[in-house]
Amino acid sequence: MTTTVEGRAHTVPARSRQPLRHRLADRGIDWSLLLLLPAVLIIGGLFVYPFLYGLSISFEPLKGNNTLSNYTDFLSDSYLRDSIVKTLRLALPVAFVSVAFAAPLAFQARRNFRGRQAITLVFMLPLTFGSILIAQGMMRVFSDGGWINLLLETVGIPKHQFIYNYAGTFIATTMVTIPFVFLLLMGFFGGIDRSLEQAAGTLGASRAARFWRITLPLASPGMVTAFTLALVEAFAVFPSAILVGQPDNATHVLTLPIYTAASQHSDYGSAAAIAMIMTVIELIILVVLVTVRNRIYRGPATSGKG
Amino acid sequence: MANQTPARTRPGFESLQMRGVSRTYGQTRALVDLDLELTRGEFVALLGPSGSGKSTALGCMAGLQPLSTGSIWRDDVRIDTVPVEKRGFGMVFQNYALFPHLTVQKNVEFGLSMRRVAKDERRRRAAAALDLVQLTGHAAKIPSQLSGGEQQRVAIARALAIDPEIVLMDEPLSNLDATLRIEMRTEIKRLYQERDLSVLYVTHDQEEALSLATRLVVLRQGALVQSGTPKDLYANPVSAYVASFMGYRNLFAGHVAGRAEDGAVHVVADDLELVGRLVTGEDTDNAAQGTAVTIAIRPEDIRVAAPSASNAIQVIVEVVEFHGRELAVRARTSRGLAIHFKTDESVVAGHPATLSVPRDRVLVFAR
Amino acid sequence: MTSASLSARPAQLRPSPVRRLSRVTVTSVITWFAGGCFVLLALAVLGSVAITSFATSWRAGWWPDAFTTRWYGQAWNDTGISKSLFVTFEVSVAVVLIALAAGVPAGYVLARKKFPGKSTLMLIMLLPIILPTMTYAVQLAAMMYRIGLGGSLAAVILVNLVPALPLVVLITVPFVEQISPEVENAAKVFGASSLRLFTRVLLPLLAPGVVAAGILCLVRVLGSFELTFFVSNSRTQTLVVTIFGALSDPGGVPAPLAAAMTVFYMIIALIGLVIAFRFSNPADALSRRGR
Repeated sequence: MTTTVEGRAHTVPARSRQPLRHRLADRGIDWSLLLLLPAVLIIGGLFVYPFLYGLSISFEPLKGNNTLSNYTDFLSDSYLRDSIVKTLRLALPVAFVSVAFAAPLAFQARRNFRGRQAITLVFMLPLTFGSILIAQGMMRVFSDGGWINLLLETVGIPKHQFIYNYAGTFIATTMVTIPFVFLLLMGFFGGIDRSLEQAAGTLGASRAARFWRITLPLASPGMVTAFTLALVEAFAVFPSAILVGQPDNATHVLTLPIYTAASQHSDYGSAAAIAMIMTVIELIILVVLVTVRNRIYRGPATSGKG
Repeated sequence: MANQTPARTRPGFESLQMRGVSRTYGQTRALVDLDLELTRGEFVALLGPSGSGKSTALGCMAGLQPLSTGSIWRDDVRIDTVPVEKRGFGMVFQNYALFPHLTVQKNVEFGLSMRRVAKDERRRRAAAALDLVQLTGHAAKIPSQLSGGEQQRVAIARALAIDPEIVLMDEPLSNLDATLRIEMRTEIKRLYQERDLSVLYVTHDQEEALSLATRLVVLRQGALVQSGTPKDLYANPVSAYVASFMGYRNLFAGHVAGRAEDGAVHVVADDLELVGRLVTGEDTDNAAQGTAVTIAIRPEDIRVAAPSASNAIQVIVEVVEFHGRELAVRARTSRGLAIHFKTDESVVAGHPATLSVPRDRVLVFAR
Repeated sequence: MTSASLSARPAQLRPSPVRRLSRVTVTSVITWFAGGCFVLLALAVLGSVAITSFATSWRAGWWPDAFTTRWYGQAWNDTGISKSLFVTFEVSVAVVLIALAAGVPAGYVLARKKFPGKSTLMLIMLLPIILPTMTYAVQLAAMMYRIGLGGSLAAVILVNLVPALPLVVLITVPFVEQISPEVENAAKVFGASSLRLFTRVLLPLLAPGVVAAGILCLVRVLGSFELTFFVSNSRTQTLVVTIFGALSDPGGVPAPLAAAMTVFYMIIALIGLVIAFRFSNPADALSRRGR
């Protein structure tokens, strides 16, 4: 026998008094949020607070009463102001070259093959060892009498100065960002469903067409991400700008005035101000790049029911 | 709606042949010396369990996998050396493989733009293809906005838009739920008939294969076992393996107990004693007593009968399933053998029954 | 007609030429060549340091003038490398453990739960790895000095936690997302308390993610420079800070001596890498992030 539900209206109290705990839980607040506490304390106490502290001392210059003088001093001094340009002039090409160099490599390496593990390991070496070690090695390999120049001489090309100038820092930075971008993109390219390329093939797309019309568009959000992360890495360049660059001139990047203000002049306020400027510039660039990425993201790189 | 020229007047192939095709990779021999022929206008279903090589055969035909040995021919032109993008076959993938960054319209137009078809004609033909699968209003969507069945239909439209001479389908319905699967099956059959296509279809579902195909090819571990019309395979499987695929759910291991006058064999399996038809054997005419055999009977061939019927099986009914027009029943012999049969008589679980099966529907295969 | 094979067909042809799946094209050759050059360059740069460390002197030319091992003894005894090695070890272990302990649960909550303020929290949490360390290293150091921790080991550990923790969270989240919530529901239905759920179900499933996070964290801490540089003194420097000091020393530390110092660092880092690769493939962790 079937039962039917009919309309004798039950009057349920509109807002029954559920315990506070339940109402909060509906909004996502329960005991499990306590698991966040240690992380929140660390980030709050060791990042947010010092950041705000830095912000406040940036408005307290060592000399004079003008609260903004840390900022104005920096921005009005052309030598100091130029460090912004020099940072961008280094970071943007580094990011570009890294992606342009690593992407074809990552594309070729996207499928599993014998030796993939070994290649991954080798590529991780520069990443693990870091830019200081690379700078140190460069002082031998790229110096005036170093291996590269010796090689050029043997082939008949005139010697070149690769070190203690823009090129030195550029090379040192790309040697770290290229492996990083390579590993990232290898994952991205590998994550593109193989059947998509196959389907394109059955529809008449040549290898080139498959790459340009299918693989590349699907990988482009990943490429933008890789570019962004490489840019962040390059923006942070510091030890190699000193060791193998030209810290007074061509590679006088933004991190250097921060360093000199803090350790040589003990002017923490000024250092904080410059750090602020650097943060703002970087955040602007990041917002632009993330917007670009979101505009081209069209969905997961697998097809339907994978 | 009148579209492209009717198929028969289209220039095209007469037969597609795989000759002695093998494909081995690593330690796996996916295909072993396979000979397969597809005549224009046929709907050939490759049937087999996973690992039987059917998807590999399709991949070789499409050009997605290279051959280890053998060749593929389109009439008298050898095509296995032709790269995939030049073969001109349409293909529908198991996971649809729709390009996620393109709209439905652009997906369907893709093959046409690869062939440098002019914009207007491209639009027209893509719209026609979408119309065929009844998805006209969805042209501007992207695949992630579509349901599974809709995605499948777009995949079909995309393959048909290029007006291919043959469509390859790799288990296209296996990711759909039951009702949708049956509905799409009918759609595929309709398209095949309306568009006068030739289709090579891979599936592991015998019901699907039986209902769609004009010819079935059963594969086992990379080799061809039987090829014939659905009716042929249904009535006369050449081996126990094929029988198991064709819905011969009752399979018993037994042995020959003797020959009857007209060539039929007496077979015994546990407490089953039946007279049946010997299909294969070393020596079909002289199957010796004691030869090990497999007995295969279809559930629909077994009837509830009077206790005195010939070729009888005594059972106790175990499980009864209501299937609408009839019941699907599992019963047990006194020795515990499971018998599956269908009947429209009412049987009750736990009660005894007598079953009977015509002797020419008891198939006996030598092991 | 049932047939087990085709009837008449032409005689068996020669097998088709075996085609490799990825054809050799001009672009692929160039690409592999370029990749090879990069690998050679990287190995050359790193290798030259090792070679220099064994050189008596190396003025110019392909090879050092002569070889010796005395720099290693000198490095060990005179340069403070031995102390730095120990410090590096302590700092790395401490940072990785604390970062995992705080970051994995946080990553779990962020992956599973929705709550007001979640996106703001995630954004703030990611800032330390998005921004160059220099943008907050100085302020952080100033604060450390102000509360009296300047120059101490605790300070070095604390400052390195700042980029380490978000890294752990960032890697943990996709790993947690991979675990279907139904697995947790199933465990609860079968009577697992929250603690048992965590230890018997979640932790084993998260193990690869935790290991990957730990490894990437370790690599980061080993190479971390700016943060440690501003809060440490000669007794609490990590290896990279000591090496940088030697390299930028205006007094001129002999190149082979600095190289020997670096080789100590390389050995530690290599050991870390090898252990890492026994346990997981960090490339996978990086690729999961992209999904």
